[in-house]
Amino acid sequence: MATVTLKNLKKSFGKTDVIHGVDIDIQDGEFIVIVGPSGCGKSTLLRMVAGLETVTSGEVQIDGKTVNDVEPMDRDIAMVFQNYALYPHMSVFDNMAYGLKIARVGKPEIAERVQNAAKLLQLEPYLQRKPRELSGGQRQRVAMGRAIVRKPAVFLFDEPLSNLDAKLRVQMRLEIKALQRELGVTALYVTHDQVEAMTMADRMIVMNGGVADQIGKPLEVYADPATEFVAGFIGSPPTNFFDGALIGDQSGRIGVRPEHIRLSDTGILQATVGYAEALGAETLVHLRAEDGSQITVRQDAALPIPSEGETRALTWDTAHVMRFHENGVRL
Amino acid sequence: MADRDGMVEKRGAGLWLTHLGLIIGIAFIFFPIWLAFVASTVEQQDIVRPPMPLLPGGHLIENYTRALTAGINAPVATMLFNSMVMALGIAFGKIAISLLSAFAIVYFRFPGRQVFFWLIFLTLMLPVEVRIVPTFEVIANFGMLNSYSGLILPLVASATATFLFRQFFMTVPDELAEAARVDGASPMRFFFDILLPMSRTNIAALFVILFIYGWNQYLWPLLITTDPEMNTIVMGIKQMFPSGDDFAHWPTIMATSILAMVPPVLVVIGMQKLFIRGLVESEK
Repeated sequence: MATVTLKNLKKSFGKTDVIHGVDIDIQDGEFIVIVGPSGCGKSTLLRMVAGLETVTSGEVQIDGKTVNDVEPMDRDIAMVFQNYALYPHMSVFDNMAYGLKIARVGKPEIAERVQNAAKLLQLEPYLQRKPRELSGGQRQRVAMGRAIVRKPAVFLFDEPLSNLDAKLRVQMRLEIKALQRELGVTALYVTHDQVEAMTMADRMIVMNGGVADQIGKPLEVYADPATEFVAGFIGSPPTNFFDGALIGDQSGRIGVRPEHIRLSDTGILQATVGYAEALGAETLVHLRAEDGSQITVRQDAALPIPSEGETRALTWDTAHVMRFHENGVRL
Repeated sequence: MADRDGMVEKRGAGLWLTHLGLIIGIAFIFFPIWLAFVASTVEQQDIVRPPMPLLPGGHLIENYTRALTAGINAPVATMLFNSMVMALGIAFGKIAISLLSAFAIVYFRFPGRQVFFWLIFLTLMLPVEVRIVPTFEVIANFGMLNSYSGLILPLVASATATFLFRQFFMTVPDELAEAARVDGASPMRFFFDILLPMSRTNIAALFVILFIYGWNQYLWPLLITTDPEMNTIVMGIKQMFPSGDDFAHWPTIMATSILAMVPPVLVVIGMQKLFIRGLVESEK
């Protein structure tokens, strides 16, 4: 229930610049995912919004008010940490109630809010347990519950699913998204997993080396990446890149997504078949071009799998070709 | 029982030999304590006349009552109380001060943080004997001779305990402090609500060690308590030895020695449970 605005936000640790100026206007109720590889500054960015990290220059505004020097508790935010950061000696109930107790909320109201959150998160049978008696997914829910009971204006998530196993991660990401919709709270969500970014985000910020390479809706970012980095980072398997010279094109680097390439008898490019991964619904065929570039083709499982060592031609619709300058910027 | 070739689980003769070895070892260590106990239950002339008795006599209650109520210089009950105040004061004082200083060093960035840490660390390198004369001077000038504060205060600072808590606090994930900050907890609130309950195993272990340390203080009480009413029991035993031609009243002295051993033993046994429970339910 608040907007968040970042204005030319910068951060340096000593002489090292970690964030080189990020600008974004986040709408009320929007789900923003900050995605990027380790060390790109995405967590630092989130922690600056939380108030756990000082702002070197620029502005953080929550609901129109500059909060650069405001303590985390007064920013009307709640944060879910990667390792959950539950208080180990407190029961689930006390963990969720702690913030409210400090805020001197009345006991009956605390009980009611915690009960409601527990119901929402299916935690009711576990309220009296200690965190160590819960499974990873349940702990994750408690951490969410602790954020929900405070009724914050902004939710901040710092890689909340990275400690869960793959199956649980898929389930929890649906739950988090559903919960955020239901509560209508503005959310900032940090992850290194591009699948989470694609599935959860209303808009995403793709960070690379302290710079926001691209900000946009997931499908727009996927279809129309602004830089070679974004094209390579978003999408799995990643976009194939090779020198334009390979196909007689002089304009820098060429990128084509694996699903846009077809194996055929005559085509734009000749390549030697390497290993093929049959995933059931689809097959990933890895090939090597004449100049050594690795190319992956994603094809339907019904299509014949080429044998290793065979030389095949590759073809694609030129509309799908992405061209990049040598410095990585899209042409 | 399943056959294992581990070193611990031997069977037959090996098992008996192990036990025999342990029993002899215990008997060897326990024998002087047994002698002290025997001596505290007989009369003076039984002890002075060889051979020394090896079985308890019939004067147990009489000897212990005399020691507790009259003693030689002061009633042992008074000395026990003094020792208890001193040991508890030192244990709690040390724990409180080192918890707070470790908290300051780990969680706050202030100018000279490292300097202060190394200053505390430096005190580890000076043995008590080196600083005992200046300490005595200070305490005497404060007029704290023959007082509980004089017994306790010079001994409550502890570099070892500070260091121990510092190491423990550094293993507590930073996110916990951050979560508390987001929850709106002030630093002291975080300390009392979260850090303190999490350290309770360490506190229990440290309490046992520090209580015994305080209880066994000898040199310091000997220096600053001249009034027999303020004697602690460990130094009090020494004070019971006669000077000059008097003869020592061994049954009372031995009864006092046995009494001096009881509280530390009780603390160890009592805290052992808490200690082990703390270890089993490992948290974090």
